[in-house]
Amino acid sequence: MSDQDIVLRSATTTPPPQARRHIAEVAKLIDVSKCIGCKACQTACSEWNNLEYEVGTNTGVYDNPHDLEANAWTVMRYFETEAKDGPNPGALDWTIRKDGCMHCEEPGCLKACPSPGAIVKYANGIVDFNSDNCIGCGYCVTGCPFNVPRVSQVDHKAYKCTLCSDRVAVGLEPACVKTCPTGAIMFGTKEAMIEQAADRVVDLNERGYRNAGLYNPAGVGGTHVMYVLKDAANPQNVHLPVDPSISPMVSVWKGITKPLAAFALGAVALGGFLHYITVGPKDEPVDDDDMDPTVPDGSEPGEDAYRERIDHAAADATRRSL
Amino acid sequence: MTTTTDSTVVRGHERARGSRHVEPRVIVRYPPDQRANHWITVIAFFLLATSGLAFFHPAFFPLVVFLGGPQWARILHPWVGVAMFVSFMILAFRLWRDNIWGQGDTQWMKQIGDVVMNHDDRLPAIGKYNPGQKLLFWVLLGAMTLLLLTGIVIWRSIFGVYFSVPIHRVAVLLHSISAFVLIASIFVHIYAAIWVKGSIRAMTRGTVSHAWAHHHHPLWFRRMTGRDEVHPADRDRPV
Repeated sequence: MSDQDIVLRSATTTPPPQARRHIAEVAKLIDVSKCIGCKACQTACSEWNNLEYEVGTNTGVYDNPHDLEANAWTVMRYFETEAKDGPNPGALDWTIRKDGCMHCEEPGCLKACPSPGAIVKYANGIVDFNSDNCIGCGYCVTGCPFNVPRVSQVDHKAYKCTLCSDRVAVGLEPACVKTCPTGAIMFGTKEAMIEQAADRVVDLNERGYRNAGLYNPAGVGGTHVMYVLKDAANPQNVHLPVDPSISPMVSVWKGITKPLAAFALGAVALGGFLHYITVGPKDEPVDDDDMDPTVPDGSEPGEDAYRERIDHAAADATRRSL
Repeated sequence: MTTTTDSTVVRGHERARGSRHVEPRVIVRYPPDQRANHWITVIAFFLLATSGLAFFHPAFFPLVVFLGGPQWARILHPWVGVAMFVSFMILAFRLWRDNIWGQGDTQWMKQIGDVVMNHDDRLPAIGKYNPGQKLLFWVLLGAMTLLLLTGIVIWRSIFGVYFSVPIHRVAVLLHSISAFVLIASIFVHIYAAIWVKGSIRAMTRGTVSHAWAHHHHPLWFRRMTGRDEVHPADRDRPV
């Protein structure tokens, strides 16, 4: 993708390039009901992106690595619950969700980022980190409603899923999509993926999953990674926020506070300047005559003696400068 | 330590022989170590305010140059922050007693209009610091304490892993707000030094003229000199 496809750029107050039009928004659709937890997507991600995370320790769960990392951009999360509905209510429900960047339409990371161009959103909806401009402050972590970006403790750059922007740019699907053996991960235009999800939801409903639905949260303007969930009414069961949005803290901090504070500081500086020009300074007072031993004893120190001394001083200065 | 007078009241530079020109006599307001302390704090503040504003609003992003570019600014900002905090605290420890709210202070504050309009003759007499300066002192102390505490939370390369995302959000917002208060207060502080002529030498040379001390801080002047002189211009001033 070209710079001309950037529609949002971090820490930038001028409009993005707008000559190009009609770029279809893309989306990845993850059908949780079709996932078998094989981790092929994790492997494909590591391979395509040349990532290698440290071998961790087994703590009795399948999650490996245990969390997203600077070099682990997607992680399968395993949830063991009792099925409330579906074909076998009461049976073990083993749900696996592929976690990673949601590629929000209104990205909190981008809103929080202080470095111009370190985070961009392309016209097709992909949110990408530009490591060259990343300064390692971690504000993106603060801004993200999904707790996705990770700042490397090695190079202090922030990392996350790129939605394989390099592949998508040349007409390929993301590596995880390409490798998924069950077709649980799909990729296409956002419109097509929403249609696809609707079909899947009908199917799941027929199989007894009454609350099956699409997870495409409106609070962040929708996402370019969406889920088909067996229980869309309770996304928290698979550790997804129920109604995610950019935190009010972040909105205040990187919203109204920014121009307001900048304006206020300017106003304080201007106010000082104007005060000096209109009211003027408090001129330095001159020494008392009664502190001056050249004034004879008994004479009344006062303004006249003052003026006389200042006149003499001025005359001295003039003489010296001649 | 010899007598108070010896250490605090200094005769001005030797007067020119055969001339009636008299250099103003001066009184020590800040000894060398306090001046060094102040200016170290100033340098740290400058580096912090510029880099901090750069992280706050894109309009200020070019200010990262003072710490060597975007990444170096991110790396150095917290260290400089610790330096400023320590430096300011040393200064604050030496000056806090003079900044305790006193009797005439509330009255002075009520007459802030007279202060701003330079009607100094209407103001109550004050000690080493006027209430505006005292208020500044406590605001700086509070803001810097808050900046340190919240700064530790958002110092990601060292402490990032110890605090959750919601705590980061609160901390970064409070950090911005207290930094705004601090910077705005320092703007006022700088302007006051420019506005009240004869003040700046207190922090550059360490001394102020007797007349300056007498006029702006009469109670302090009396305390330092044991004298009770009144400047001619101040004779009708309420004390």
